[in-house]
Amino acid sequence: MNHLPLIIKREYFTKVKNKSFIVMTFLSPLIMIALIAVVAYLSQLNNDKERTLSVLDETGYLEGVFQNTENTTYTHLNGLSLDDAIALVKEKEDYGLLYIGKANSLDDVSGNVKFYSEDSPSISVISGLEQQIEKRLKEKKLEKDGVSIAQIEASQTNIEIEQESFEGEKSSKIDNVVKLAFGGAAGYLLFMFIIIYGNMIMRSVIEEKTSRIIEVIISSVKPIQLMMGKIIGTSLAGVTQFAIWVILGGVLLFIVSAIFGIDLAQVQSPQQEIMNQAMQADGTQAVAENLLGAISNLPMTNLIIAFLFFFIGGYLLYSSLYAAIGAAVDNETDTQQFMLPILMPLILAVYVGVFTVIEDPHGTVSTVFSFIPFTSPVVMLMRIPFGVPLWQQGLSLLLLIGTFIFTVWFAAKIYRVGILMYGKKPTYKELFKWLKY
Amino acid sequence: MNDLLVANSVSKQFGSFKALNQVSIAVPKGSIFGLLGPNGAGKTTLIRIINQITMPDEGAVLLDGQSLKPEHIRDIGYLPEERGLYKSMKVGEQCLYLAQLKGLTKTEAKIRLKYWFDKLEIGDWWNKKIQELSKGQAQKIQFIVTVLHQPKLLIFDEPFSGFDPINANLIKDEILQLRDEGATVIFSTHRMESVEELCDHIALIHKSNKVLDGKLNDIKRQYKTNTFEVGLESLNKDKVFSEIQDKFEVLPATFKNLNDDIKLNIKLREQDSPNDLLSFLTSKAEVHHFVEVIPSASDIFIQTVKNN
Repeated sequence: MNHLPLIIKREYFTKVKNKSFIVMTFLSPLIMIALIAVVAYLSQLNNDKERTLSVLDETGYLEGVFQNTENTTYTHLNGLSLDDAIALVKEKEDYGLLYIGKANSLDDVSGNVKFYSEDSPSISVISGLEQQIEKRLKEKKLEKDGVSIAQIEASQTNIEIEQESFEGEKSSKIDNVVKLAFGGAAGYLLFMFIIIYGNMIMRSVIEEKTSRIIEVIISSVKPIQLMMGKIIGTSLAGVTQFAIWVILGGVLLFIVSAIFGIDLAQVQSPQQEIMNQAMQADGTQAVAENLLGAISNLPMTNLIIAFLFFFIGGYLLYSSLYAAIGAAVDNETDTQQFMLPILMPLILAVYVGVFTVIEDPHGTVSTVFSFIPFTSPVVMLMRIPFGVPLWQQGLSLLLLIGTFIFTVWFAAKIYRVGILMYGKKPTYKELFKWLKY
Repeated sequence: MNDLLVANSVSKQFGSFKALNQVSIAVPKGSIFGLLGPNGAGKTTLIRIINQITMPDEGAVLLDGQSLKPEHIRDIGYLPEERGLYKSMKVGEQCLYLAQLKGLTKTEAKIRLKYWFDKLEIGDWWNKKIQELSKGQAQKIQFIVTVLHQPKLLIFDEPFSGFDPINANLIKDEILQLRDEGATVIFSTHRMESVEELCDHIALIHKSNKVLDGKLNDIKRQYKTNTFEVGLESLNKDKVFSEIQDKFEVLPATFKNLNDDIKLNIKLREQDSPNDLLSFLTSKAEVHHFVEVIPSASDIFIQTVKNN
């Protein structure tokens, strides 16, 4: 008798109807979006803050450098002594005072620039000021040596190396960024999925043990059927949850940004800002076109098919081990000693993916790890966007499936014996003995 | 073929521990078969082998003359000692699920569940969660689930634990009724008074070996010592007592009775019949009490286990 569909159905619906599952499903995206919105709002608030900076330039080199902007007003305190200027700034409660001390030559200026303020100033304000001063000093020096700015600008050439494979496939830097993004997302998604839902499977096995229903169930179905039903049912619940998260998250993000008019793109790190500036030089439209081009350059069919296979294979491999652990122990606190050997290869895979694949997607380390079954799903998924020969993908998948069959056999053995063992905290040695029962 | 279930020299080894050693039993159709033994004797292992939860290392188990196949799961109803239900699942859903695992269709299961819920007067529990029920109430659900698919063979491991006396009686009556309707029952317990009440046959497993097997009455006959409990009245107690003592082996007896002067356990000699004893006694004193001492299941259990 094949009870697999029945078991899958029960596992799925118990998970999906569970209150905390429902709450998590619908609350998580809300919380995430709320968090993003708050961060965006706060950073906007921060950027919008109006500042008044006082400048005391005793050299005269920096005349006209500091122009008022939307958020920053500069007051020039020429002629005052430093002490007077500081007193004045204090009294006016300005953001701070930029002081450029007397210098005999352009070269002497560098040691004489100071910033006085009540609180320590923000890094972006200081680095902004530094850039402006450096630029002006450079111009002055060049001028002194008789080189005009126009000449400098004319002498600059912007080089962008066009990359092309021997087969004539073109790629560019932005292509690589897109590939990384796709591969990284796929690998990371698998990693998260294994951890979240592997744990869920483990808990549900433990629940059956602690509620003592297990013997009733396995007098009707084979343990391996129950185990597979659990894994598949829980995975389907996981896919459902993920899908709801993606959809809900997308919709909410759209609504929030539409209603509050918050430019979510403003939530970004300084590096991204620099990259943005670089891109803006090329014109936003060109970048967008490049991006679309890069995405369409990806081996999409390969990517999707490989994603499905490696995702399912990798997930089943790990979740069967989670199920075995659940069967071996009596309660969740006892799981710790067995979790480490599972998490190690998984974390290793992510590290290899992040550090090695980015550096050299087809290097020895990346290639080897994309074949080892316990790391291959994550690493291979990260490599595939860079183009991996089909034979490599096939071989890796074959190894993965072979190992998967082995771990399911192994897990089923432990599961079969473990679910009927109560009250004992098993050791590795005992687990090994169980294999022979 | 009158035996529904036959186990032929079944052995099972766990590592270096032999859980069952060449155990054979035959459970006659329509009987209630007591599977007895101290803790850790191997009863549960044997039951798990019958349920195909574990496989025997040696030997075979036949159900209705065929060696055990996965299809036989539908013919067996098993109430394990370690039992429970999904705590957060509703009673009705859970019963339907477990019934379907035993091969019933959903509609069929619903009809039968309604019958049983009405019979045990628990119809209003359908939408409750298991965690809202008491232990005894959950046990009732478990009993229903075990018998719902009308199996030929029912295996109860300590079925009365967790029940109050009223509900234990209720379940006992249900078991007897199921037997009368044709089911065969294997009944494993430590409670000897229920063995006495229910079982026709027993097998005793001790330290992985079967040490005793047969009809309960036959076994009792084997174990009886031809001893009679006697209550006598006489004006001359001491004389009568010494006369009896000269002729028979005598032990003091402790039964309760009204104003008997002499209470004795008297063992018959090889050559005597009970009538010989009785006529001897009537010639000496007035007999108020004359009962053969029949060993209880509990006595047999303790005696056998001690001797092995």
